[in-house]
Amino acid sequence: MNIVLVGNPNVGKSVIFSRITGVHVIASNYPGTTVEITKGWTKYKEEKAQVIDLPGIYSLESLSKADEIAVSILKEADLVINIIDATNLERNLNLTLQLIERGVPLVVALNLWDETKHRGVEIDIKKLEMFLNVPVVTTVGITGEGIKNLFERAKEAKKKDSFTRSEDHRWEEIGKIVDNSQKLYHHHHTFRQLLEEASVKPITGFPIALLILFSAFKVIRFIGEGLIAYLFDPLFNNIYLPILTKLSSLLSNNNFLHDILIGKLIAGEIDFLQSFGLLSTGLFVPLAMVLPYIIAFYFVLGILEDVGYLPRFAVLLDNLMHRLGLHGYAIIPNFLGLGCNVPGLLATRILESKRERFIASTLILIGVPCAALQAMVIALVGKHGGGYVAIVYGVLFLVWLILGLILNKLIKGFSPPLLIEVPPYRLPPLATVLKKLWMRVLGFAKEALPVVFLGILVINIFYYFKVFDYIAVVTAPVIQGLLGLPKEAVVAILVGFLRKDVAVGMLSPLNLTAQQAVVGSIVLAMFFPCIASFIIFLKEFGIKAIIKLTLIMFISAIVVGSVVNITFTFLK
Amino acid sequence: MVKQFTLLELKDGKSATILRIDGGRGVIGKLIALGIRPGKEIRKVSSVFGRGPVTIRVNSAEFAIGFGMAGKIIVEA
Repeated sequence: MNIVLVGNPNVGKSVIFSRITGVHVIASNYPGTTVEITKGWTKYKEEKAQVIDLPGIYSLESLSKADEIAVSILKEADLVINIIDATNLERNLNLTLQLIERGVPLVVALNLWDETKHRGVEIDIKKLEMFLNVPVVTTVGITGEGIKNLFERAKEAKKKDSFTRSEDHRWEEIGKIVDNSQKLYHHHHTFRQLLEEASVKPITGFPIALLILFSAFKVIRFIGEGLIAYLFDPLFNNIYLPILTKLSSLLSNNNFLHDILIGKLIAGEIDFLQSFGLLSTGLFVPLAMVLPYIIAFYFVLGILEDVGYLPRFAVLLDNLMHRLGLHGYAIIPNFLGLGCNVPGLLATRILESKRERFIASTLILIGVPCAALQAMVIALVGKHGGGYVAIVYGVLFLVWLILGLILNKLIKGFSPPLLIEVPPYRLPPLATVLKKLWMRVLGFAKEALPVVFLGILVINIFYYFKVFDYIAVVTAPVIQGLLGLPKEAVVAILVGFLRKDVAVGMLSPLNLTAQQAVVGSIVLAMFFPCIASFIIFLKEFGIKAIIKLTLIMFISAIVVGSVVNITFTFLK
Repeated sequence: MVKQFTLLELKDGKSATILRIDGGRGVIGKLIALGIRPGKEIRKVSSVFGRGPVTIRVNSAEFAIGFGMAGKIIVEA
């Protein structure tokens, strides 16, 4: 038994999918949140049924590859649930009529039903049902209203004979249906609509964008620092440290185990940042340093996503992004990359051409620091003063910009024009925002913690066999000569391949000067992406592209690192 | 007097009716799938300077259309 959810982008398919299957997927208020086909299970007609959530499509007749995949899945479906944005009936019916023409067993869910009232839309369900000749049910995905009824009525859905109709005829039919079953009440400009339009008009839009970015930054810092100062630091220092110190003295006669679990004692005591044992640094870095900023970042990002701001930001930046060989919408994957590069890379699928996707992904991997890396940079560089942190961010932003300009010139092709639906502003319920935050935090714990442990284990083993000593000697001319870093810093760069947060952590025992901390952070941010994003890039683009990426990365990291180092020395 | 011009020339905040789309099959198909098609009344919300995109409202939906594509949409008002 196969149930397929299909509909235009941003009509709430993923929310309904989560409701039906209990599988929690990320849903946001902008077209293109779902870039993969997601599967889950539910019970239908007393039977176990597979539910497939398709990325949103506007038409079955366009020629893109993603749409072809959607069409082939529809053929296998035993039940197709067509989810419609009830506030945009006319446009949504285009896909519905195409589905009816194909004769698939269809039930229509008029979603976002709660929004019709205050948007001056009135739909006569009975009439709509009569015209379409398939069951039509009203739903509110976010509250779950109507879902039960949807499944009840779905039993009436039947496979029918397919037929063809010209595009003009289809729109004629849609016109007839809409005229007969929908009434639009003229409503005056609401405050929300004013706000929506002010955000895309340059004169008001740019100040609003700056205000939003500034507030986002402030809120992230407030939450991140607050969590560290009032929760994680006390937890680790007052409760966990005494326990670990006891364990350390218990293990004092077992050197190997002590080294692996607790690490080295610094001045006779455990140092969470420098000991580098599994239970000391291995827990402290991801939980007490990175997690607070992960929580803070994804809380703010979740609100921006669900309110529907990001596409408006994309409109304002379209100009700039074209110079980088992209269009405005590419700002969304870049934004997501600030949390973790992996979802950022996956989100580049909302871009049409391979060229755009390669440019966007390369920019993310080299110029966009993930939250884990940022948290460590703030800790490591921040102790020399906030100005130095600003330099790291400023340089990375310039790298992102200049690299984009260069890639646009070097890679053949052009950037396709922007064409997006801008979603209405919506006020997300706090519970929804928190649930999404929880999913992302859980994802971080599941994916990051094992790699952090693995990284620390590998580091200890390598140290034991003195592997790093040899590498440090070989690479010293570049690391010491060009970048002005202690030669041991190469270890951090290598570890960066596993995880960037651990890598920055490894710079901390080297007692770097402010200049070295800035250069080290920039080089680490630009160099090898962590293994997780490396694998995703390989999967999406293949071996040739990853060789290109690696080359670009090597050259740009060393050039930029050297330039920053020389500039610093020169200014002193 | 009914005048014809491109979407780029329509003033921000003004309404017009789409007359035709002077583009290739691909462009026309994409716009039509979004419900941006001849005969529809639209209102231009904004345009971003320096060949930036145009934002329009069609029924209650809002769309952003790149500069080049907007130049291919002929409206009358």
